[in-house]
Amino acid sequence: MSTPTRIAPDAPARPVGPVRVQRRLPRFAPLGLYLGGVALGFALSALTGFSLATAVVYGVVLGTLAVYVASRAVEGRRKATDRLVTSLVTTAFGVAMVPLLSLVWTVLDNGLPRFDAAFFTNSMYRVVGEGGGAYHAILGTLVITALATAISVPIGLMTAIYLVEYASGRLKKSITFFVDVMTGIPSIVAGLFAFALFTLLFGGGVRLGVMGAVALSVLMIPVVVRSCEEVLKLVPNELREASYALGVPKWRTVVKVVLPTAIAGLGTGVTLAVARVVGETAPLLVTVGLITGTNLNPFDGRMATLPVFAYYQLTQPGTATQAFLDRAWTAALVLIILVMALNVVARLISRFFAPKTGR
Amino acid sequence: MTATKAPSEPTQQPAVRRPGDRIFAGTAKASGILILLVLAGVAAFLIGEAIPALVAPAEDIPGGEGLAAYIAPLILGTLLGAVLALLVATPLAVGIALYVTYYAPRRIAAAMGYVIDLLAAIPSVVYGFWGLAVLAPALRPFHQWAADTLGFIPFFAGPASTTGRTMFTVGLVLAVMILPIISAISREVFSQAPALHREAALALGATRWEMIRMAVLPYGKSGVIAGAMLGLGRALGETMAVAIVLSGGAGATLTLISNSNPSTIASNIALRFPEATGIDVNTLIASGLVLFVITLGVNMLARWVVNRRADFSGAN
Repeated sequence: MSTPTRIAPDAPARPVGPVRVQRRLPRFAPLGLYLGGVALGFALSALTGFSLATAVVYGVVLGTLAVYVASRAVEGRRKATDRLVTSLVTTAFGVAMVPLLSLVWTVLDNGLPRFDAAFFTNSMYRVVGEGGGAYHAILGTLVITALATAISVPIGLMTAIYLVEYASGRLKKSITFFVDVMTGIPSIVAGLFAFALFTLLFGGGVRLGVMGAVALSVLMIPVVVRSCEEVLKLVPNELREASYALGVPKWRTVVKVVLPTAIAGLGTGVTLAVARVVGETAPLLVTVGLITGTNLNPFDGRMATLPVFAYYQLTQPGTATQAFLDRAWTAALVLIILVMALNVVARLISRFFAPKTGR
Repeated sequence: MTATKAPSEPTQQPAVRRPGDRIFAGTAKASGILILLVLAGVAAFLIGEAIPALVAPAEDIPGGEGLAAYIAPLILGTLLGAVLALLVATPLAVGIALYVTYYAPRRIAAAMGYVIDLLAAIPSVVYGFWGLAVLAPALRPFHQWAADTLGFIPFFAGPASTTGRTMFTVGLVLAVMILPIISAISREVFSQAPALHREAALALGATRWEMIRMAVLPYGKSGVIAGAMLGLGRALGETMAVAIVLSGGAGATLTLISNSNPSTIASNIALRFPEATGIDVNTLIASGLVLFVITLGVNMLARWVVNRRADFSGAN
């Protein structure tokens, strides 16, 4: 801190010459100044007709200014800039929290009224007003997501194995590159692709559950490849070499040694990939459509899915508007719970099935 | 990977190729090639279904003035929303990434990063709900204020929307959605900034900000750019949130805050496709093809930037 002044015990209290004392604000002064600025901001907002938004904005701006000005006066320009950036960066984090909290609160607030047993046991078959539920949509989402997983995981996993264990040279580079590019395909384009594919195969106007599964697979495969590839790369090479040294063929080495070692990471990756597509709306909107009854056969006509159900309940309410809005919000709540549950499951998998070898 | 050919003794016999090995390797390779075929297939099938709209006479296309006139305002709307989102999200995301990597208390930094990642897990349709029910009404006073005081700027030309369901609101919703993408990538590159550079800066008496400006930001610049471009790709293709929040569709205007915003390609497809028949379907697929080409270009550029950076850092 101010050690330069104590170099020699008999030196004068005030340094002379070019040595300057680094003056600092007391430890809790910045926080106090900041809170003071915030309080002033609230007061200013109260003067001009109080609203929480302006109060917070004024408060944050004035708090930041107070710290900057005080630090500038006491500690100098460089330290003041440092404190300014600290405030800005912390504010950025706080700003990002606002939508998250607001969103979760809104969905809970609007979704809980219809979060009852009827919502999970009734379909919308012959329901025009109150009542009804998303039984058909929840099951439809599970069927289509399961089908998409069944398509994506073998292809994605085998590609990851190819990239890590076999591939080299140009093909490897181009597959890696285009898998990365594929993660950026807009979901609606994936839906249009599935639509175009099945239109060419079965004629126009066709709507099938499996089309949705194909569309979701286009979105899911690159995610599966990337996560599985990262995990397989982590398997220590010594394990493979030990296996080869025992005369085990390469494919058995992969199946019996590499995959079991990486199983935790693979499970996590696949679960996160499922979480990524389970809430997708747009591709299902253009390929699967929506029905009010329960259809669990993905090869026979339209199906209901939870995201599309939520969308239509919100945007095309019937005469009993509030009942439709309630169902829409509850569907959104169920969707968020589903995605969060998958994320938690993914974390649990990676914790409990972690490989017993290695670090 | 190279373990099989490692012992290259001159007297070694060629390795036995067992059928199991050949089948397994073949399946793996076929999967990889299948992915390339799928990507090519996406382009091919979209082109195939778009051709009828490309060759159709202009008056058959919705709007009656041909395909280009139909798609052009949509492209403008798509770009407006995505660029606005990018302008809002990038500084915020960089700030968040810096906060999580260098400012937050060590013990809770990882948890804070996880909380930001939660933003990415929320389905886009739920963002649409939130934008419609919370953000649009909340921004109504701002719309009025912007039209009154900033109306001379084309982007804020009035009359202000009374519902708040405008391109401006959409841009903010999109910004929230791409925030986790940009901040995740920025966080990664910031945390990889060489410790020696950082410690050297601090040892020379730099403040924390000076250390970040001199040692971290130059190192992480290309990562931030790549993250921003990936976020841009996501914002360009975002469908449901825009379809729910935006009430637009009238012509090509630059204004962000009035009722006459152009729609975006993706939301236009989502809104019209379920009821479309005949040439309308082909027109919508043609617009989807345009979106595909735009996002593909943006993503390839972003990946190229990322990979170039990876090559450099690998050499260090």
